[in-house]
Amino acid sequence: MIDVTAPPQPDTAAAAARKRRRADRRHIPVLATLVLLAAMYGLGVANYDNFSDTQVLLNVFVDNAFLLVVAAGMTFVILTGGIDLSVGAVVALTTVVAATLLNAGWPAVVVLPLVLLMGTTLGLGMGAVIHYFKVEPFIATLAGMFLARGLSLLINRNSIPITDPFWSGMAQERIRFAPGIFISTSVVIALVVVLVGAYVLAYTRFGRTVYAIGGNADSALLMGLPVGRTRIAVYTVSGFCSSLGGVLLSFYMLSGYSLHAQGMELDAIAAVVIGGVLLTGGSGYLFGTVLGVLVLGLIQTIITFQGTLSSWWTKIVIGILLFVFIVLQRLVTRRAR
Amino acid sequence: MTTLVRHRLFWPAVVLVLLLASNVFFAPRFFTITLQDGHLYGSLIDVLRSATPLALVALGMTVVIATGGIDLSVGSVMAIAGAVACLIIGDLPNQDSVGGVLLAVGAALVLAVVLGIWNGILVTVIGIQPIIATLILMVAGRGIAQLLTDGQIINVSSPPFRVIGAGYALAIPVSVIIVAVVVAAAVLLIRRSALGVLVEAVGASPTASRLAGIRARGLTVMAYAFAAVCAAVAGLIFSSNVASADSNAAGNLIELDAILAVVIGGTALTGGRFSIAGSVLGAVLISALDITTYTIGVPAETTLLFKAVVVVVLCLSQSAAFRAAVFRRRSAPATPAAEVPA
Repeated sequence: MIDVTAPPQPDTAAAAARKRRRADRRHIPVLATLVLLAAMYGLGVANYDNFSDTQVLLNVFVDNAFLLVVAAGMTFVILTGGIDLSVGAVVALTTVVAATLLNAGWPAVVVLPLVLLMGTTLGLGMGAVIHYFKVEPFIATLAGMFLARGLSLLINRNSIPITDPFWSGMAQERIRFAPGIFISTSVVIALVVVLVGAYVLAYTRFGRTVYAIGGNADSALLMGLPVGRTRIAVYTVSGFCSSLGGVLLSFYMLSGYSLHAQGMELDAIAAVVIGGVLLTGGSGYLFGTVLGVLVLGLIQTIITFQGTLSSWWTKIVIGILLFVFIVLQRLVTRRAR
Repeated sequence: MTTLVRHRLFWPAVVLVLLLASNVFFAPRFFTITLQDGHLYGSLIDVLRSATPLALVALGMTVVIATGGIDLSVGSVMAIAGAVACLIIGDLPNQDSVGGVLLAVGAALVLAVVLGIWNGILVTVIGIQPIIATLILMVAGRGIAQLLTDGQIINVSSPPFRVIGAGYALAIPVSVIIVAVVVAAAVLLIRRSALGVLVEAVGASPTASRLAGIRARGLTVMAYAFAAVCAAVAGLIFSSNVASADSNAAGNLIELDAILAVVIGGTALTGGRFSIAGSVLGAVLISALDITTYTIGVPAETTLLFKAVVVVVLCLSQSAAFRAAVFRRRSAPATPAAEVPA
């Protein structure tokens, strides 16, 4: 007889240990990035005077708030196994449209939602093309990149200064913790975006579907998950984040220019991948992306502290640092496995 | 007829023909090819000539993509190859010497092989995701090229070097001949031997192919080395055509155009099956697109917009789902109309 009343009790201690080990393994890429980031920071402190100032660290956030927002959107897309090349161009388009409308005398209250809506709509359009017409994400978003960059060139080829009081207010507003220690409002906005994004990915039905699609889109579909809706939604999220990143960049630069944010798509992808997200999708955390952005920001900071590099040595050093970082990360991750 | 329409290169070919045909309205002599001083001249020849660097880069990119990878560093490799060649030629006591130019070309190609193997090792041995592994060389490589040329544009006046990009042989531009030879050699080597099947196997599933006894690592490293050599030849053609090494302009953003050409040619970015002919067609199409924007006088501000529209049209025309949707919409009103008499 099979005893159905008392299901076999798993060995709870062993199961817990197994679970802990499995959870550890998923966290290893993020932890490796964190450790290496700390090591890099230590290296900076040891080699350069004043590197240990709190403000140096905070400035990494201040100077990269827009990248943080854009990379957060990119994380959603990459987690589904897709890619979004249009982000840099959408950022540029947002700054140009915002600057043009503000100079035409439109109030900031109208311009702000309008540019966010524009970026979101662009993302929605690309997502729809990718889902309904089965166009490769790489190509659909590349077309989106040409489109957005082309539109911003069409609107104005020159850099447009922004003089709107709300914009310059946001640009100069500082949240001070102590004398000389401050962050900008953009950092607060970026951190809010990251927290909301991390919550959505970890605890909502939408977020779990994103992971499921990245793991295996066919299985997700067979499980009855709304694959199409979710896939369109991640590109919409990325479009929204890009336009928000564009708004933050226009706060930072106080100008709109069609050549802003060139190559930002690669920075965002690099940040996401350095943070331990697999490009094939299904694995990784938004927290890792934050670390990835910090790695890129810290590399820039070290280069600034070095100070004497010519523009080509800067590129070579960025390449070398990126190389050392990624190789170490691979070695740490592999040994732990 | 249906087999022709179903062929994966049918729609790109249609777009290419339409693009070329649209030029006639703006330049009536667009399709005229004349023979002057033993050289062929004409807009169609220009389309082919300007397609040569992109076709080469796309050829190398095709093989890399077939292994399931991607190579972002091609533009930087182009710049490095041009810089090395021009540096060596600039130092020659006599720039007319064919041997010296061959030495320069050889040095650039050898360096490209080294760079390609570097990419391949990062991807296979260290196991970095290809897009990031090649991003390293993309960033650092342009820096290296600028370091070599000291941030300047190096001009050379070497007639033998000029031949590569701007010369003619048997009335045909030498660059077109080079590309034709490289493509033919690649097709022979890859399609007439088991190499192509092996590459497709690696792209479809690296693990399964390794278990089947294929040296996946070696093949992948070879693919990256091949892509780097193709990019280096493209860089030599580019730099020979302008008789200088411009480390900023050479191959700038060409990786995106090359990937676009590969995808237009019907190779999936996920790896596996690939089409060399398709990639070359894609490269010619992109070059025709650029020439068309000049001929019909699209203002410089809207060139990118024009390109976006064509890419969208092209992608949608290639998408079976889109054609089905359009087809259904057209046939839908016809059905009730047919039912009315009954």
